Amino acid sequence: MDLHLTSDTPNAAEQLAVDSVLDAPESGFISDAHFISGEAYAPAAGHAARANRHLLLPVLHAIQERIGWISPGALNYACQRLTVPPTEAYGVATFYALFSVQPKPPVVAHVCDDIACMANGAETLCAEMAERFGAPGSAEQDSNLTWHHSPCLGMCERPPAAMVTAAGVTPSTTALAPVGIDEIAQTLADRGHTNKASEASTSVRSVPQAGSEELRLLRRVDRIDPDDLASYCGAGGYRALERALDMGPAQVVREVVASKLLGRGGAAFPAGVKWQAVASAETQPRYMICNADESEPGTFKDRVVMEEDPFAVVEAMTIAGAATGCGKGYIYLRGEYPLALERMTNAIAQARGAGLLGSSVLGHEVPFDIEIRRGAGAYICGEETALFNSIEGFRGEPRNKPPFPTEVGLFGKPTLVNNVETLINVLDIALEGGDAFAAIGTEQSTGTKLFCLSGHVARPGVYEVPFGTTLEELISLAGGVAGNGRLQAVLLGGAAGTFLTPQELALPLTFEATRTVGATLGSGVVMLFDDSVNMQNVLLRIAAFFRDESCGQCVPCRVGTVRQEELLHRLVADKTIGSVANEIHLLNEVGQAMRDASICGLGQTASSAIESAVARMELFNGKSH
Amino acid sequence: MPPEAEQSDFTPTWQFLNPVPRGPVPKAPEESAQPEIELTIDGRETSVPEGTTLLHAARGLGIDTPTLCYLESLTPVNVCRVCVVELEGSRTLVPACSRKVEPGMQVRTDSPRVRLSRRMVLEFLASSVDVSTAPELQAYMDEYEAEPERYGPPGPAASDSVRDNAVPGHHDSPVLDAAETVEQPVKIDNELYIRDYSKCILCYKCVEACGEDAQNTFAIAVAGRGFDARISTEFAVPLPDSACVYCGNCIGVCPTGALMFRSEFDMRAAGTWDEAAQSETDTICSYCGVGCSLSLHIQDNEIVKVMSPLESEVTKGNLCIKGRFGWQFMQQPKKEADEAQEDAQASE
Ligand SMILES: Cc1cc2nc3c(=O)[nH]c(=O)nc-3n(C[C@H](O)[C@H](O)[C@H](O)COP(=O)(O)O)c2cc1C
Ligand code: SF4
Ligand code: SF4
Ligand code: SF4
Ligand code: FES
Ligand code: FES
Repeated sequence: MDLHLTSDTPNAAEQLAVDSVLDAPESGFISDAHFISGEAYAPAAGHAARANRHLLLPVLHAIQERIGWISPGALNYACQRLTVPPTEAYGVATFYALFSVQPKPPVVAHVCDDIACMANGAETLCAEMAERFGAPGSAEQDSNLTWHHSPCLGMCERPPAAMVTAAGVTPSTTALAPVGIDEIAQTLADRGHTNKASEASTSVRSVPQAGSEELRLLRRVDRIDPDDLASYCGAGGYRALERALDMGPAQVVREVVASKLLGRGGAAFPAGVKWQAVASAETQPRYMICNADESEPGTFKDRVVMEEDPFAVVEAMTIAGAATGCGKGYIYLRGEYPLALERMTNAIAQARGAGLLGSSVLGHEVPFDIEIRRGAGAYICGEETALFNSIEGFRGEPRNKPPFPTEVGLFGKPTLVNNVETLINVLDIALEGGDAFAAIGTEQSTGTKLFCLSGHVARPGVYEVPFGTTLEELISLAGGVAGNGRLQAVLLGGAAGTFLTPQELALPLTFEATRTVGATLGSGVVMLFDDSVNMQNVLLRIAAFFRDESCGQCVPCRVGTVRQEELLHRLVADKTIGSVANEIHLLNEVGQAMRDASICGLGQTASSAIESAVARMELFNGKSH
Repeated sequence: MPPEAEQSDFTPTWQFLNPVPRGPVPKAPEESAQPEIELTIDGRETSVPEGTTLLHAARGLGIDTPTLCYLESLTPVNVCRVCVVELEGSRTLVPACSRKVEPGMQVRTDSPRVRLSRRMVLEFLASSVDVSTAPELQAYMDEYEAEPERYGPPGPAASDSVRDNAVPGHHDSPVLDAAETVEQPVKIDNELYIRDYSKCILCYKCVEACGEDAQNTFAIAVAGRGFDARISTEFAVPLPDSACVYCGNCIGVCPTGALMFRSEFDMRAAGTWDEAAQSETDTICSYCGVGCSLSLHIQDNEIVKVMSPLESEVTKGNLCIKGRFGWQFMQQPKKEADEAQEDAQASE
């Protein structure tokens, strides 16, 4: 390849931003450039430089955070240093919602207008924002701030939510929830530098069960200082890793198989099968990835775990890496989670300092280290193969499967991908053994599950219950239906899940029972809507979400999500083409094609919640033409 | 851009008088020492070498499967999904163009589920893209009884650069009485070819041909996300400012006429483009010693476009600016030719 750069030049600040990533000392978070290429990443031409393409996303983050947008000069300089064609880097930069390739004010408020917040004041908040700051995306001349609507920010237990990003020499990302117009205005005025106390103190409300003796996964919440390794160890931390290292990798994998642990990221795939496959792979290097991209609307459990018990995630990743022979772990962390990022960064650094990560973990001949990669506003990057592309510096487009990640994953190597929640289950499996773990829950759904309760529920938050608990029991654990008290619908599993009616609350929450009624536990979302909510608007928001988040690669999803949204708008506005029945038939055909012919889970489930509402709640039955 | 643009003796000659036969038609991977895999397609048992795709296995039985994003010479991207088939035991349909055979597979290529998905894919494309110069796609639409009108009349065209500047993660609410399309102004920024992205089905072929699979120039890539995804240069700069070397390989693979010779575009606009009156002559480019096969499309004794047969062992369909566009200089009056030549060299 003959790298053709443009004539645009970076200014000093842009150049520094790029250099700050590429010239960072080796001990920094990009140390893995050496890992991949075995060479230093001097601005060399050829293979060595090209092998640094995986630094494209961190470099784009650095530019965006320093300047507030990615200019032609900045992109050109990044391309020169990374030996990436500008057109490809542009394709990557324009893939992520948190990046801008057009001039943009440095301070931006992202105000959640997604479904949980919709049920709790988001509409009013957005109207107030528009009144005070103009239409979304508009920035007055000379103004240094603007605002946007945002999809779910993963703080649905404290609605309405917002996030303020401020670019500059000391960039900041501030999560605000619950938030009112005045606080947003103040944060914007302070360029994001509000005190963070309000964030931390809200954890009490994020885990209403905190302190209860029955908790397993959440047992340390509020009982430890999440920033202190000693505090974690004092609460039993790192005993599981010791145990695992004593057992040896083969035995750890056997215990995970025996536990019958199913993945908690949405697909419910047996963890043991993946671990076995990666452990028995014959190539090195191989990788382990903790999927912390959590962007399914209504989901916030992984965020709470990372904020409240970050060392547990580090320890669990270490066990996974050691057991499957991966020397390198990545945690792909959602870009909109500033506190989780801070705590995970700190936890990894402390663990490394204490010899719990590094070339010989706990003095054993086991090398393992973790690098954090931040997402940049793309739900699709939670899909495991899109995540690989994102880390590698390509557009976050899912790959076709097969081949599966355990054979051909990150950088083409065998890769173990697990969700945050899946991984922390491994701590108890290592401590108690797989059989003891399998005794909890039901025959096919073993262990406990984290559920994210939001919407019209009295005490929203993350709840931990054994599989088999009924939906009704879970709702009463959370204090019952709030709002006006008259339940209209429950969204189970997220935007890619299913709506259930109040008549279906006896449903036991297990993978098998939900499957038989055509529902899914998905990522553990349980969102309640009272009967004052206009469900048609909720469906419109879900349809808009999928249209926004489709990667655009395959036709059924790229166009199907657009046609689905248009159809819903026509049905809601009573402006159908032909009869209502006709349009619903067409909606179902669109759904069928997306389900059958899309490349990945996004397109395959983009019609799921919508079709379930139309069918179960007979939403458009009253209409005729 | 390579600085080897030659300044002088730009006088290609054409071996009109010595048409050469086309190369062999591409076939499924050679039957070699590879183990044979047995599977059943539409109830018929077959056995093909390991590594064969379902598409080739089906073609071996004489079963045809539509394809849009697939091309022998390019790495399968399996994005159009018009080739999907039903595979027993699979929750979803699978793309025939890239899925490899496995022992015991039971495949159906014409079930109602398959037909529905293919029909929907074709409707999705035809309701959002101008397919008027995509005859292959139109033929599939007839075969699958696609009715793109079901989604309403086409919505308004995007004005200049609106689609180029679309922001990921945000879109305007749909208009109520029409189906959104990708319609937008044609990009005319050089003398040699135009880009009419109103006709783009985003098959990725041009990107592959410009990048790793052939040209290694990386002048164009996919930008944006979702329905706003688009083929673009960096910051949507005009082609002369991009890395483009005008090899025209992207034109050669584009299945919809979105990328079109300027000559064809102008003739179509003038109403003088007449495929029925055109003949094709195969020859060898004499500009350099590589020996690229050319296929000259001639109307009224004038060359109107130059392709290279995909099957050609030498070119695999790819040419360089001289073979692809050199005829323009030959046919144009002297002054114009000089100008065009300067343009081409400036952009090389
Ligand atoms: C559109 C889409 C988004 C996804 N987002 C996430 C996510 O944010 N977190 C996650 O763990 N899994 C997500 N997944 C599932 C992953 O692809 C993968 O199955 C999972 O990370 C595997 O881990 P597990 O087996 O531990 O569940 C997503 C899948 C799709 C199709
Ligand atoms: S289904 Fe949607 S998100 Fe997934 S690959 Fe296709 S276009 Fe992309
Ligand atoms: S003409 Fe050649 S270099 Fe230019 S965009 Fe097309 S394939 Fe790429
Ligand atoms: S311009 Fe043509 S070749 Fe390129 S993606 Fe669009 S339709 Fe395919
Ligand atoms: S934070 Fe607003 S819906 Fe989740
Ligand atoms: S031809 Fe197979 S997906 Fe396009």
